[in-house]
Amino acid sequence: MLKIAKYIILDIVRSKVLLAYTLLLLAISLTIFMSDADVTKGLVSITTVILIIVPLVSIVYATTYYFNAAEFTEMLVSQPISRRNILMGKFIGISSSILLAFIIGVCLPVSLFAFSATGITLMISGCLLTLSFISLAFFTSTITRDKAKGIGLALMLWFYFSIIFDGLVLLFLYTFADYPLEKAMIALTALNPIDLARILILLQMDISALMGYTGALYQQFFGSGIGIAFSLVMQLVWIVVPLFFALRIFKKKDL
Amino acid sequence: MEKIIAINGLKKSFGRLEVLKNVACSFDGGGVVSVLGPNASGKTTLIKSILGMVIPDGGSILFKGQSIFNTFDYKRHIGYMPQIGHYPDNMKIGQLFKMVMDIRQQDAVDTDLLKAYQLESMYQKTMRTLSGGTLQKVSAALAFMFNPDVLILDEPSAGLDPLAAEALKEKILEEKTKGKLVLITSHILSEADEISDYIMYLFEGQIRFYKTLTDLKRETGEQKLSRALTQILSSSSC
Repeated sequence: MLKIAKYIILDIVRSKVLLAYTLLLLAISLTIFMSDADVTKGLVSITTVILIIVPLVSIVYATTYYFNAAEFTEMLVSQPISRRNILMGKFIGISSSILLAFIIGVCLPVSLFAFSATGITLMISGCLLTLSFISLAFFTSTITRDKAKGIGLALMLWFYFSIIFDGLVLLFLYTFADYPLEKAMIALTALNPIDLARILILLQMDISALMGYTGALYQQFFGSGIGIAFSLVMQLVWIVVPLFFALRIFKKKDL
Repeated sequence: MEKIIAINGLKKSFGRLEVLKNVACSFDGGGVVSVLGPNASGKTTLIKSILGMVIPDGGSILFKGQSIFNTFDYKRHIGYMPQIGHYPDNMKIGQLFKMVMDIRQQDAVDTDLLKAYQLESMYQKTMRTLSGGTLQKVSAALAFMFNPDVLILDEPSAGLDPLAAEALKEKILEEKTKGKLVLITSHILSEADEISDYIMYLFEGQIRFYKTLTDLKRETGEQKLSRALTQILSSSSC
């Protein structure tokens, strides 16, 4: 498992796409920190950008890589190694390379310019977000056979989580405005890893009303401890569950 | 003697398309078996089922008497050369070999093909820069590298230059004399004619016949495999 991961990392680290992604993240964080003296404002801006770019790149890159390596996967299956180890090795390999890009591109500047509780939350939830979208990418790659379909599905998932979902939440709130929706809102938020990350970061900032309807409501219920724990756990669920299903499908898949 | 691979009642369908219909056969060591058949007759599916890449709907496959389902250790004894080799773009040839050694926890015992194809001088080249033929050479070298008991080659000479194909053929014959089982799918009959001991002909997911090459030639009274095949196929369809 780790052996496969090692060679996948060696392969990805030399790819130009990953380098471009690292540089893009680095450029964004540095420009934002350089141009604004107020670090907290900078963090908010970075959060906004990250919540769009990180999931998109993670899910699309992981899906593309998965499909490009289809014949390689076949070759691995013909070797004495279990399918579980192959898929987990791929997951570890791909996710650690993309995480590395995120760490260099975002975590490094943030810890240099804005090392605070908010900064740390931003780093952690960014990492978790990366992992959960790679996990989703594995899910879409295993349920489809066709590369175009797989990438299409990945893009649709990203579009759903970053745009459509909030629209649906608003619609839901508007329709049932006469009812107490507090509990329902918590449940709804847990259904979207991007919202979870957003809330986790904004809860640290006291400006949650500025961004996203879900974020504003969320803070009313969870000022601290339990809320953070809850969203952290839910983010972990978003990493584990898609990967678990991907694994189950991959074990029975014809290659 | 115990059969190396024994297949019984193997069934597989993709959606509504039945690719393998009740295939039963067995293979001994020390022979070259050519699996022939038109396109979409189930050759590759049969091979992939043996390798555990395709999971059959029914039937059994025994490798040295043990069922292969839900295990992977038996693949230690198999060397596989795919139809189209494709490896991660930025991986170097040397890295690929090292990775497979790592996975199998075996050393490269048999480097004949590595030398014949002069791959060692290309260890630093990345996969992206290689031509299709060189990739085939890499796959071939990889299949023979660990001195496995069974070799499964899926259209091995497609894309290889004549010299490389010749080297591969010699290697196959050499392995045969060591008592190994070599399974080959091919469309090139002249090649199958030269190296095979057995001919298995698959048609629409069923075994049309499975005979030794000499029997086949004797029954049809032909000297060449291609003629023998034409004769047997045209006569039985009437």
